[in-house]
Formats: sequence, structure tokens, C-alpha cells
Amino acid sequence: MPDPILEQIKKLIEGNKVALFMTGTPEMPRCGFSAGVVEVLQKHKVPFVAMDILPDPRIRQVLSAYSNWPTIPQLFVNGKLIGGCDIVREMDAKGELKPLLEQASEQA
Amino acid sequence: MPTPREVEALILAALPGARVSVRDMTGTGDHFQAEVTAEQFRGRSLVEQHQMIYAPLKSLLAGNIIHALSLKTSIPEP
Repeated sequence: MPDPILEQIKKLIEGNKVALFMTGTPEMPRCGFSAGVVEVLQKHKVPFVAMDILPDPRIRQVLSAYSNWPTIPQLFVNGKLIGGCDIVREMDAKGELKPLLEQASEQA
Repeated sequence: MPTPREVEALILAALPGARVSVRDMTGTGDHFQAEVTAEQFRGRSLVEQHQMIYAPLKSLLAGNIIHALSLKTSIPEP
């Protein structure tokens, strides 16, 4: 019997070029780290889908087990885990994030 | 709540020989910043490097005992 939460998570990751799991919404992030990733994505004008993990504590448990990443936010590009806020900011500062995101949106 | 020294010890046990520096950002034992320099990171992606630090802290993070852990990783200069 497939876990409906896991199916929902996989569908979001696999069905979207850029997918973000965060606390709160892009309009109203509930933590500074989630807000940080949203800010970087919006700066690059990249379309992305976001899922708020707060409504159900099981989302975070299932997601972390699936991705082997214990913290939120988690950014996925083309189905691959890019990382959390530290990595997104570090890659952006090195100029590595923009080409990755551009490549993703071109394929969209 | 773990102390910065306890967090350092857990990371060091998983990455022997690493240089580990952990700071408590808020004084409340749940927001930490860690800088880790380890030979073990060579050839690994940033995601893998962070996963190597998260591994020994898994239960603290999953239980939300540590709410936030900011990471900066590097590889030692030859």
C-alpha cells in the first residue's frame, strides 16, 4: 500500500522543474531559512512550486526519510536535491545556481 | 539541549581528523552554526558533505531538539 504522503512528495519533486519544501508559503515564510531560499529563487525570477510542511508533521518525517536530509527548507531542481538554505546561498554566491535554474526553466 | 562542544564531539566522531567549530547562535542550545574542514569531503558534492555532518546529528535534528543548523564546509588545503 503506497504511502499517500510519499506519493504526494514524489509527485511534486518529479512533476516540477523547481520544487521547494518549506515552512509557510512563499508569500509568508515561517522561518528565516525558508525565506532565504524563496528570496534567491525570486531574485532569479524562476517559477517554482512550494509545499508547506507545517500542516502535517508527517510530511517532514516522510520527506526527510526520502531525501536523507533532516532539515527544512529543501530545494529540488529536475528531481534532484540541491540542498537547504546554506547550499542555495553558497551556490548563488559562486554563480553556480543561476545556470542550473536557467537550464531547468528552459526545459520547461 | 546540547552544548556546542557536544555537537562538535558528535561531528568529530563521524569525521575523524576534521577541524570542527560550532557556535550557539542564540544561546538557547537549539540554533547552531558549524564550520567543518575535512579531508573526507574531497570529491563529494555539497549535498553529500552536509549529509555527512547531518548523519551523526540525525536524532537531534529529527526530534527538533536542534531547530536550526547552519553549515559551512571546506576541504583542507594540501
